[in-house]
Amino acid sequence: MGRSLKKGPYVDEKLLRKLQKMSQAGEKKIIKTWARSSTVIPDMIGYTFAVHNGKKHMPIYITENMVGHKLGEFAHTRLFRGHSAPTDKTTTLT
Amino acid sequence: MVRLVGVDLPPNKRVAVGLTYIYGIGQSLSRVILEKTGISPDRKIKDLNDSEVVALRDEIKNYAVEGDLRKDISLAIKRLMDIGTYRGSRHRKGLPARGQRTKTNARTKRGKRKTVGLGKRKEEEKI
Repeated sequence: MGRSLKKGPYVDEKLLRKLQKMSQAGEKKIIKTWARSSTVIPDMIGYTFAVHNGKKHMPIYITENMVGHKLGEFAHTRLFRGHSAPTDKTTTLT
Repeated sequence: MVRLVGVDLPPNKRVAVGLTYIYGIGQSLSRVILEKTGISPDRKIKDLNDSEVVALRDEIKNYAVEGDLRKDISLAIKRLMDIGTYRGSRHRKGLPARGQRTKTNARTKRGKRKTVGLGKRKEEEKI
């Protein structure tokens, strides 16, 4: 918590450049990115980012509510498929 | 009997302590409120006169307490869940959201211990 206000929010420079380029050109393409630690800034609203989760890029559509969070918060890195089913070994009384 | 924002305050306690019976007012906010209203924290609740109670009531209006605060908090949590954050998913699962371990502990959030994984024991067969 608590990054200095002087510095402003951290946004990956390359990502920012790409964003500016796109807004100048007036197009909306999905941007693939690994910059999970980038803050979501208001300029990003309406764009879709493909955020890497360690395995693949998850498409994240940015809405107003998401401003201030990090991109990585939206691309989950773990997949929980539940605990293993009970086997004979675990259910039989010895 | 003094009643503020829907909470009965304990008559025999010091004002500084009594105010903390209100959800959203802890020791430090209680002290701030008393300083602003000019009431000594060592006075007992039952000794307060009507104008002091009114002063307290007016001062407390400046803060989110009780129902409003609970609503704020649940909305904040709901927002996390709606925008699909990791923290939101932790709230949905009833697990700690700030990276604490869950192999052991985390009992406050997870509630009373219950065994998981063991299916129905085959007790009947043994007997």
